[in-house]
Amino acid sequence: MDEMESGIVKKFMFVNRKAPHGTVYALEVLEMVLISAAFDQDVHLAFIDDGIYQIKKGQAPAEIGCKNFSPTYRALEGYDIEKLYVEAEGLAERGLTEDDLLVPVEVVSRAEMGRLMAEMDVVLTA
Amino acid sequence: MSMLHTVNKSPFERNNLDSCLGHAQPGDAILLIEDAVYAAMAGTAMAGKIADAAKTFRVHVLGPDLKARGGDPAKVVAGVTVVDYTGFVDLAARNKAVNAWL
Amino acid sequence: MKFGILVNEGPYNHQASDSAYQFTKAALEMGHEIFRVFFYYDGVNNATSLGQPPSDDRNVTRNWQKLAEDHKVDLVVCVAAGLRRGITEGNLAPGFRISGLGQLIEAGIQADRVVAFGD
Repeated sequence: MDEMESGIVKKFMFVNRKAPHGTVYALEVLEMVLISAAFDQDVHLAFIDDGIYQIKKGQAPAEIGCKNFSPTYRALEGYDIEKLYVEAEGLAERGLTEDDLLVPVEVVSRAEMGRLMAEMDVVLTA
Repeated sequence: MSMLHTVNKSPFERNNLDSCLGHAQPGDAILLIEDAVYAAMAGTAMAGKIADAAKTFRVHVLGPDLKARGGDPAKVVAGVTVVDYTGFVDLAARNKAVNAWL
Repeated sequence: MKFGILVNEGPYNHQASDSAYQFTKAALEMGHEIFRVFFYYDGVNNATSLGQPPSDDRNVTRNWQKLAEDHKVDLVVCVAAGLRRGITEGNLAPGFRISGLGQLIEAGIQADRVVAFGD
């Protein structure tokens, strides 16, 4: 069976709640998300808690010697991954607004995010 | 259909449990494992929060993790159910998806 | 019921792999099917053949191998995460196999539930 053409379409949500650079999770979640695009699934990305910092504008990790993978979030659209959600409360807690983010997102309340998560078939949080 | 949420961090160190409680839907199952079992122990500053949570969610704690950390299964916060790994598997099977709050 | 298991952390440093093992073992004993165990992030380190834990401690890699032997559990190590951390065919413990991240997404599609263990 061709694994890319299973005929099954599930609602996947990748929930990002860790900041980038301090640990590898943000980068390797992104790799997971890019692969998921090849499987024609209904992919959602959520940014909550410190995960919001993953899509903050102006990241320049050159001086820490790490790869700047933040431009990759802007490439997601080219993979038809367009359902990006950011939690309003988390943005406000961090003194950020939508203008501080490097990709177009839908800002939703925590309550709305919870309801969205409840609709998913597979939730992978990191 | 409800979800199972697993939480594995002590609420005294990280916000995983708070984040979970802020997103879970009424009737969802929550299972405290690994270092999150400290949240289920009676008499801590978290006990009130967990007792409240147990009114909205089905809150469970993993017995083997609790015992490993010196917790007494007979002394968990009111409303919290102690389960073993078989119970963990049952919870995963009975809910439509599992969200590990890592 | 078919379970997919995701292991995000290496052995010993974190309980994640032990928890995943206990869950997997219990599920098998209850008659459930394990579609696949996928090792990602530092979880790839569970698949090293070079670990030598002291004899009075559990051997995490060996525990997983035993499940593969006794129940034909498919233990898959992410190739990209493995290469980054030096897990290759050359030091891969028997019972594990190296493959792409697509194997995790496939587990998400084919299994009834995905249960993740990590930090």
